Formats: sequence, structure tokens, C-alpha cells
Amino acid sequence: MPDPILEIRDLHAATAGKEILRGLNLTVRAGEVQAIMGPNASGKSTLAYVLAGREGYEVTAGTVRYEGKDLLIMPPEERAREGLFLAFQYPIEIPGMTTLHFLKAALNTIRKHRGLEELDAIDFLALVKERAHLLDVDADFLNRPVNAGFSGGEKKRNEILQMAFLDPKLAILDETDSGLDIDALKIVARGVNVMRSQDRAMLLITHYQRLLNFVVPDYVHVLLNGRIVKSGGKELALTVEERGYGWLEEPHARISEEKTAP
Amino acid sequence: MATEDWIQDLPPHEYKYGFTTEIEAETAPPGLNEDIIRLISAKKNEPAFMLEWRLKAYHHWLTMQEPQWAKIHHPPIDYQAIVYYSAPKTERRPKSLAEVDPLLLATYRKLGIPLSEQEVLTGVAVDAVFDSVSVATTYKEHLAKLGIIFCAFSEAVQNHPELVQKHLGTVVPYSDNFFASLNSAVFSDGSFCYIPKGVRCPMELSTYFRINAPRIGQFERTLIVAEEGSYVSYLEGCTAPMRAEHQLHAAVVELIALDRAQIKYATVQNWYPGDSEGQGGIYNFVTKRGICAGVDSRISWTQVEVGSAITWKYPSVVLRGDNSIGEFYSVALTTHRQQADTGTKMIHIGRNTRSTIVSKGISAGYAQNTYRGLVHILRKATGCRNYTQCHSLLLGDRCGAHTFPSIAVHNASSQVEHEASTTKIGEDQIFYCRQRGLSAEDAVSLIVNGFCHEVFRELPMEFAVEAQKLLNVRLEGTVG
Repeated sequence: MPDPILEIRDLHAATAGKEILRGLNLTVRAGEVQAIMGPNASGKSTLAYVLAGREGYEVTAGTVRYEGKDLLIMPPEERAREGLFLAFQYPIEIPGMTTLHFLKAALNTIRKHRGLEELDAIDFLALVKERAHLLDVDADFLNRPVNAGFSGGEKKRNEILQMAFLDPKLAILDETDSGLDIDALKIVARGVNVMRSQDRAMLLITHYQRLLNFVVPDYVHVLLNGRIVKSGGKELALTVEERGYGWLEEPHARISEEKTAP
Repeated sequence: MATEDWIQDLPPHEYKYGFTTEIEAETAPPGLNEDIIRLISAKKNEPAFMLEWRLKAYHHWLTMQEPQWAKIHHPPIDYQAIVYYSAPKTERRPKSLAEVDPLLLATYRKLGIPLSEQEVLTGVAVDAVFDSVSVATTYKEHLAKLGIIFCAFSEAVQNHPELVQKHLGTVVPYSDNFFASLNSAVFSDGSFCYIPKGVRCPMELSTYFRINAPRIGQFERTLIVAEEGSYVSYLEGCTAPMRAEHQLHAAVVELIALDRAQIKYATVQNWYPGDSEGQGGIYNFVTKRGICAGVDSRISWTQVEVGSAITWKYPSVVLRGDNSIGEFYSVALTTHRQQADTGTKMIHIGRNTRSTIVSKGISAGYAQNTYRGLVHILRKATGCRNYTQCHSLLLGDRCGAHTFPSIAVHNASSQVEHEASTTKIGEDQIFYCRQRGLSAEDAVSLIVNGFCHEVFRELPMEFAVEAQKLLNVRLEGTVG
């Protein structure tokens, strides 16, 4: 069995003074695709942001090891350079910078960090074309400012293209499938399937099991109230689809929620 | 660091041009009166028409009030506390570079403006203005062979008085505005440039302004005349030492383009901006205007404004000749407590005249950045067009961007377009970039440089690179 890329132990995290993750455990190994499902407000995006190092998300207890190193002490750009990639649920618009320019700067920063030579404009463009072709993504948005005025589908395609481009060791896709029509969903699924490899781990965070019709995960976990309450194979996703999340809720957790409600 | 504080804790300005030169200077006592004006005129051995003009300007200035309409704030300026004349002491005016005080040459070398011609950027002729006087002009002889006159303003008054008398004040009259009138009364030097008919100036002409002495106000005047069918590209740069008190810089630039002539005028303004609390820095109150006097003439202003505590300037074009073209490309960056109120006026008088305005304002820290523009198309100016693009970028949430566009079109056959946007670069954009491996500083620099791209490409190549570097230096520490 390969060494874990990501090891999360008893993770507690809070944002805006409210505890969201309440003792989460998860191990992801190279070559694996794992899915994390959960209803709204279960802590899915908080997990993604904590792993990526976003400000405003405070880890109050627990550890996260990334390739054996303490992930939580690294600044966000260091995590990215070490191969952690987050596909955003809501990709951010950056006016004034073309997607191409942005990708080139990001790629060369990461290549430099890995001791590789920076790509010049010509090699870079060749790589863009190759990756766009591989993913069957129309790359016409490359000359437009990053995500500015992009449709929802274009933004998600852009995230998948960036993932393919930056060649991460751990890719976290935060609800990349949400709000997409079936064609866009297939592009995302194709991206995941093409990128699936022995040296890469992928964490698919999703609300619905739709994406899992096209991507077969090695494991499925259900996240509820900041904790993984059930793990299983791909059939768990189908059960959730059928029965919803209610049957998995821990009675005591519900009661405590009700108690704190105003 | 909490999200809302990400941009507030800026380190102090890194201003590497803040040194002073210990050079013996001949300095007039502070204060403004007829005697000082007579002294300046006498020092420069000026013909009578110049003194007369200065005095007219002075008496007119006395009747004027400082303008209050700009969106800038500063304590009252004591015009009697300013020194109106200071010049490095030399036995006599140096005839060649070999005679220029080595201390001055060293100063310019330190500023990255070498004045010995072997070292000068190829293809750039430089006029160096130190406090109140021009200390050196390079490539003069070379240019003279083509009939081009490029020299200190005071020298032009001596050697080409007829040209000076004919054109001085024809674009910016001495009564134009408070600061222009003050300049007309006390200006001490600047650059003069004359391109004869049909000549294409083969090199970039450039003036480098340096304020050195304390309490000095720099009042320079630049006059560029491009005769029929001629072409010139001109660049000015500015720096000053770091001083705790504010210093006044009130310049006037006049451009005249005759039939089919073209003038490109670029500015990289990096006066000392003051410290992070707003102590010290230059008040940059400048009047710049060009007239497209002839048919098919063209004037372009390109400015990169990163320095000064306060910038107040509106490089404008009067489009009198039919089919003439006016352009204004501007990047104004304000950080810490800097204030900029800048923009342009395009006055369409001739038929089928066209103008383009591209303004990019960037604010960080507690800075305030204002675009103020006027597009005026007169009744008889039929078939005119204007395109205006005015974009503001905010870094953080304590700075401000303001836009005051005025458009007046007096005929039905002209077209104007105005496009404007304000965007904020906040924590989420920075985080997105960091998640892709970029440091926060690289992210800001990439965003800002991308934002300014349309303006930078109007600059001559070497200067575009310089401008980009300068912007990066000034942006250092704008993210926490």
C-alpha cells in the first residue's frame, strides 16, 4: 500500500467563531479518488479551505499531514507549490490579468519550486494546447481576464484546465459539479478521469452523487456536522441518493443543534 | 492577520531616490515679490519682454485664489515661505559636459541618468534640470545638425528669443490658472525643443527633473514646437530627496503641433510621495496642454504617476486643426496617504477631430485617486469622435477611487463613448492566486501590471520596463 499523501486526524476547525469541523479523520493515498458527500453546512467547503490554508479558518485541534509534513504550518502558496490544488466552488474573478498570463506565472512558480526550468512563451503555449486537447476543453477564454465574465461552465472548465496544467499530487475539487448542465458535468468528469493516476490523489467534494455516475471513486464518505459518519464504496453514494442524509444523522448532534438554535 | 487588515499594515515607502546632494548653491531668500522676479530674470540675463511677461503674470496671480474644486486636501501653502530660486554654484555656465560639476554628474548617475554621452541610453538625449536650472543637455550638437533645437529653456531665451517670444504662453496663457500664473512669474528653467519642418527627430528627447535644495519650489517650463510634418517623442522623469516638509512643484508644459506634426509626450513621475503617515512629499500641481494647431496633427500624452504627496494635473489637447488627434494614456498609482486628482481635457474645435482617453487609477492603503475629465465638442466641430475608458482598481477597503467625467457635445454628427469600471482586489483574489502558487506580492504585481498594460505599451520600450519595475517597487508591501 502506498504511503498516505494526506492524513487528517481529529481535525477541529472554526470560522467566524463557530466550530464547523468537529473531529474529522481521513486518509488519502496516491492513486486514490475519494468522494466526500454531505448536505449543506456539513463542513465540506470548510474542509477544502482549511486544507488550502484560507485565512479566517482556524484550526482549533487535530493534525493534518501532507506527504508526512505538517500541512497546517505552510502558507497557502507553499501548499500549492508542494502540489496541493483546490478547484474552487466559486472560482474568483481577477480583472486585469489574462488567464494565459496567470497560468504561465503560476506554472513557472511551481516549476521553479520543483527545480524545473521555467517554460518560455512557446513551450508554454504548446503545453496549453496539449492539455486543452487532452481534456477536450475549448481554450478560447485564455486571452480573457481570469474568470471575468465567464459563464458558470467556463469557470469550472478553467479550474479543470488549471488542475491539468499544474499537475498536482493532491487535487481537491470543491463542488466542481454543482450548477453544471450535463455537458459541462461530463467535461469535469473527463478531467478527473484523465488526471487519475498512480501518483496522484483526488478528493471530490460533492453534494449530489451525479458526478459519481461518471467518476467511480475508490471510497465514499458522508460528512455530517463536521465529522465523517459513514464510509463505504461507490454504492454508499447511491444509497445516499435514494435515502437522503437524514438516516445518517446522529441523534445527539441534532439535539445539540436544536439547543443552540435561537 | 485578519482578513480586513490584510492591506493596512504597509511598511514605510521604499524610496531609493531620497538622498540629497551636498552641493554649494546660490539660493534666493524665501518669499515672493517683484524683487525676486527681477532677480530671477536678471540672473538669467533675460531680454525685457521676458521680465515684462513675468511681472504681468505676477500681478495677475496676486488677484487669484488657489483652486478649491479638486478632491484633494492639504494644509494651506505659505507662498512666502517658499524659495523661488536655487542653483548649484558654478563660476559660469558649463559649456560642455566636461565642465559640469562631477558631483552633479554623480548625482544623475546615482539616479540612473548618466549624462556622459558614452553611457547614455542609446538614442536618448537628456536635459537635466537640478532645482532651478538646467545643468546639462546631451547630444545637442548631433541634433543641431538636423536643425533640431533641444536645450535648457534659459538658453533658448538667450539664443532663440524670437521663437520663445512667438510661442511662450500661446497654449497656457499666464492668466490660465493659479499655479500656471505662479509658474509664469517665477519659472527658472526647463526644456525647450524645436523640430523644424519635415524633420523626424531620430532619438527620444528627455528631461530629467531633480529637486535637491530644501524649501525650494521647482517651477519649470517646457515648450515644444513641432513644425509642419515633423515628429518628436519626448520623455520626462522626476525625483526628489525625502524631506519631512512638503515641497511645491508647479510646472507648465506647452506643446504646439502644426500641420501633420506629431508630438508624443511621456512622463514617469516619481517625486517623493511622503512617508506612510503623509509627512512630507511633493505637491505636484502641474498644467500641461498641447494644441493641435495644424490639420492632421497629433498629440499624445502618456503618464505614469506614482510619486508626489498630491498630484493635480490634467494634460490636455486643444484640437483646432481639422482631422487632428489627441490622446491621453494614464496610470496613476496612489498608496499610503497619497492623493491624486488627474485626468485630461479634450477640446474639439476642428472638424473630424478624434480623441482617445485611457485612464487607469490604482489606490492602496488610505490613498485617494480621482479621475477628472472633460470632453468638449464645439458646435462647428462636426464629425468628431471621442472614446474614453476609465478604470479604477482598489487594493483593500480603506482607499478611494472617484470619477468626475464631463461630456459636452454641441452638434449631432459627433460620437462619444465612455466606459468606466471600478474593481476591488481583495483577500479572495489574493487567496486564489496564492492557491495557484503565487506569492501575495507577485499576485498584486501581476494584477496591477495587467491592469496597466494598455498604457505601458504606449511608452518607449526601455521606459515601459522601467515603469513596470517602478510600479512593483511602489507596490511592495501593499499586501500583508
